[in-house]
Amino acid sequence: MNLTAIAAIYRYEMSRFFRTLLQSFLSPVLSTSLYFVVFGAAIGSRIDQVEGVSYGAFIVPGLVMLSVITQSLTNAAFGIYFPKFIGTVFELLSAPVSFLEIVIGYVGAAATKALFIGAMIFVTASLFVDFPVKHPLAMVAFLMLTCLSFALLGFIIGIWAGNFEQLQLVPLLIVTPLVFLGGSFYSITMLPPIWQKITLFNPVVYLISGFRWSFFGTADVPVGLSLLAIGAFTGICLTAIWWIFRTGWRLRS
Amino acid sequence: MPAILTIEDLRKTYAGGFEALKGVTLDIRQGEILALLGPNGAGKTTLISTVCGITTASSGSVSVAGHDIVTGYRAARSLIGLVPQDIALEPFERVANTVRFSRGLFGRPRNDAHIEDVLRKLSLWDKRNAPTKELSGGMKRRVLIAKALAHEPRILFLDEPTAGVDVELRKDMWNIVRELQADGVTIILTTHYIEEAEAIADRVGIIDGGQLLLVEEKDRLMRRMGRKQIELQLSEPIGEVPAGLARHKLELARDGCALVYTYDSQAERTGITTLLNDMAASGLVLRDVRTRQSSLEEIFVGLVSGDAR
Ligand SMILES: Nc1ncnc2c1ncn2[C@@H]1O[C@H](COP(=O)(O)OP(=O)(O)OP(=O)(O)O)[C@@H](O)[C@H]1O
Ligand SMILES: [Mg+2]
Repeated sequence: MNLTAIAAIYRYEMSRFFRTLLQSFLSPVLSTSLYFVVFGAAIGSRIDQVEGVSYGAFIVPGLVMLSVITQSLTNAAFGIYFPKFIGTVFELLSAPVSFLEIVIGYVGAAATKALFIGAMIFVTASLFVDFPVKHPLAMVAFLMLTCLSFALLGFIIGIWAGNFEQLQLVPLLIVTPLVFLGGSFYSITMLPPIWQKITLFNPVVYLISGFRWSFFGTADVPVGLSLLAIGAFTGICLTAIWWIFRTGWRLRS
Repeated sequence: MPAILTIEDLRKTYAGGFEALKGVTLDIRQGEILALLGPNGAGKTTLISTVCGITTASSGSVSVAGHDIVTGYRAARSLIGLVPQDIALEPFERVANTVRFSRGLFGRPRNDAHIEDVLRKLSLWDKRNAPTKELSGGMKRRVLIAKALAHEPRILFLDEPTAGVDVELRKDMWNIVRELQADGVTIILTTHYIEEAEAIADRVGIIDGGQLLLVEEKDRLMRRMGRKQIELQLSEPIGEVPAGLARHKLELARDGCALVYTYDSQAERTGITTLLNDMAASGLVLRDVRTRQSSLEEIFVGLVSGDAR
């Protein structure tokens, strides 16, 4: 294992993040505040409680997940797409590093950035509403697994994408709808029965449900199932990465 | 001198079906400067990319100091530095930072003294904190060289290092290359400038159509292929070549003020003595004599236009 190389990639990617620290943090903080104004104050005042917690508190886990998923995905996708786009990828390909080391460096950095932003939103949210964290360890674990798995997916998208449109296509057309329909702002028990069934095919439901459980101790689906789902998702991404590594798909001509 | 890089029957067919390398076999000696010449699309960049791991070979093998580039890629690539043909740099990254990154990427521990040394050698020390987008084209090229040297490679590939570089900078570049050679680095460069190969290479390889047409010591190549000309300047212009000199196949030049004799400097008999005797016999008076040796350029043009195939 070329640890020096992994550290170099990781540090290099993180330095890009810190160079744009203000805008990295400003936009999630701003959008979280807006969500609270719109959903928490305006709409939330007409909904008393969801599953025994105030609506303002209820949406906190969903808001954190929403940002963390999109951030890890887009950061990782952009992180590997950018060198391909401007041509600096030659250096990665000619360096004595394995594909696995490249993945660890890029995905690790993207996941770390998303984790930072998730923590930022968590702090911002706590300024607006009070909410408990019943299982802090589980919360951190869910957060980290989510960052990791979606950063892996983002990395795959970044390698696959041949242009900027494709780079934005998957997040825009697939991930954002899934996240919004994944119960970020509502409990799936609030849906008509048929939609409750359909929504179970959405993997994000399991993530948000499990994450919410770590806050309030209640969940839409059993926690074990949530863990299983995110484990399976991570597994699928890792398999895809392994396949890319084996075939050199879209990296080496 | 032992070979540090061995290329054997290397072939590369791109995904579209185009065969860019048609079986290249080449030994590169430790410490030499090898210049690869060839027209656009000859396969120079493909050859370098394949050796460096940017593209995969279709067949054949390459080994670097005994390490196969596929099975022993870590050891092989650690020894190689690559300066690509196209300038590719992250626009917002600072010079020293990007050079430091390259060193780390190649698995070498941080060494700021070495980075400083490299940046100073390439006259980039003043620019170490500038974002790369603020540099001129020639400076960017030198940043790429600095990145390639950051991990102290033993072999350096320079793919058209002096394309679009002014005369002064080109001379600087040659000096850098010579200094690197003095430090024991083996250098393979591609170029379209024949005078560049003539000026710095120890050996010259000529590639065309994915094939290596020849590799030879530069001096020997020039001697072997070099045709020489003698220009005999006359004190009085003449209208035509005198009959007594017909057997020497002379050309009349400079409006009849000079006769040009072309001969092969490697031939057993160059014919110069009899020519001069015949000249004296025909009563011509010589004012001056000049000789001219054909350049690599003429050799090169002769080769790729089909003479040697
Ligand atoms: N990625 C690729 N896919 C398909 N064909 C390619 C690819 N890269 C290069 N080629 C083709 O392979 C041939 C050799 O290209 P290469 O870049 O090696 O030439 P070169 O000798 O470096 O030329 P130049 O002096 O213009 O840089 C060309 O015909 C080119 O079109
Ligand atoms: Mg080229």
